[in-house]
Amino acid sequence: VNTSAPAPEQQVIIIGSGPAGLTAALYAARANLKPLVIEGLEAGGQLMLTTMVENWPGYRDGIMGPDLMTELRAQAERFGAEIIQGDVTSVDLSKRPFAITVEKTRYTAQALIVATGASAKWLDLGVDKKLSGRGVSTCATCDGFFFKGLPVAVVGGGDTAMEEAIYLSKLATQVTVIHRRDTLRASKVMQDKALATPNISFLWNKEVVGINDLAQGKVTSLVLRDTLTGEKSEIAVDGVFIGIGHVPNTALFKGQLAMHDNGYLKTHDGSRTSVPGVFAAGDVQDHVYRQAVTAAGSGCMAAIDAERFLSGTLHESHQAVEAGR
Amino acid sequence: MATENVKVFTDANFGDEVKNGVVLVDFWATWCAPCRRLAPIVDQLAEEFNGKLTVAKVDIDENPMTPSKFMVRGIPTLLLFKNGDLKETVVGLETKDRLAQIINKHL
Repeated sequence: VNTSAPAPEQQVIIIGSGPAGLTAALYAARANLKPLVIEGLEAGGQLMLTTMVENWPGYRDGIMGPDLMTELRAQAERFGAEIIQGDVTSVDLSKRPFAITVEKTRYTAQALIVATGASAKWLDLGVDKKLSGRGVSTCATCDGFFFKGLPVAVVGGGDTAMEEAIYLSKLATQVTVIHRRDTLRASKVMQDKALATPNISFLWNKEVVGINDLAQGKVTSLVLRDTLTGEKSEIAVDGVFIGIGHVPNTALFKGQLAMHDNGYLKTHDGSRTSVPGVFAAGDVQDHVYRQAVTAAGSGCMAAIDAERFLSGTLHESHQAVEAGR
Repeated sequence: MATENVKVFTDANFGDEVKNGVVLVDFWATWCAPCRRLAPIVDQLAEEFNGKLTVAKVDIDENPMTPSKFMVRGIPTLLLFKNGDLKETVVGLETKDRLAQIINKHL
């Protein structure tokens, strides 16, 4: 597109508006950097699709995910962060100022914080994406409504899968959790909750190898394979919710920022990426912890690193640490 | 937001409303977070295609029959009709540019 409208150069642009992006915005705003946040299509991040968050420090009774994000957003804005709608279409990190294009508008910034997070992983069957919105879903709080009084399945054994199963158990007649191992990866609290729910049952050592029925344009059953014996079976359900993990949103940065083999951004010395002046925070660079609170913590780190980079003291700050101050 | 350009369809009038011209319908609910993200994009499309495209919303809580008829089992879902025929189904969030491309195919 050659109609790119110029926008004034920013000190720091933050891509993403989950806990990492908004915490970075809060800290950058309080450092008077007037950060510009490009919120992205999945604005607010993964917490927007959750219900009660019970492990965010400071809320003894928990807080609803979307409410937490509304608060974080307002807090960042209170100190002067500007948050705009839009999904970044391309970036040019080959020189400073960095160029960030959102559809037809080109933004430039001296420092960039990448907090694009991760999105739900699909089964990679092809058919699962074709039946998306037709009975296959990655969001129980969005689509559970359509399965009132019907049997559904949840695929996965982690916290996401357990949360989806517990949420769906209040709507569906029966929730069958399909997991390819014989033990759950989920936290003890979530496991206990799911195991104690009467209409949640478990199929262990099974993986989904097919979803019927594309011809009818809806989900009627799942084809499963036993991971130990290879035996195939079928289970009749009206819906299937996929909770098998996430993939980092790093496609924008391919060939520009160093990544691990699994697509997560590489960081070193705090939040630094392979390009000086570009910092990364949250799930886009964390394939280990992946918590809202660790995302927020790394967003804070990225903002402080960006501030020091802009003032020319980033190098000194790390030297000071290395020298034991 | 240009909400005056966006109509509200119900189970009662849906069939009549999509009969003529090109109509984009956004199936949503108050409790659906991604739907809230899509809403301003739908508003902008209504403004940009004003006169060429009818844009409407269906609240699925209040109108359960229409989503069921079109086998909508996830929201947000956008359906595009041309003279009463269903031409496109878009499930989940999409960028405004991508949606504009889809709409332009049918104008």
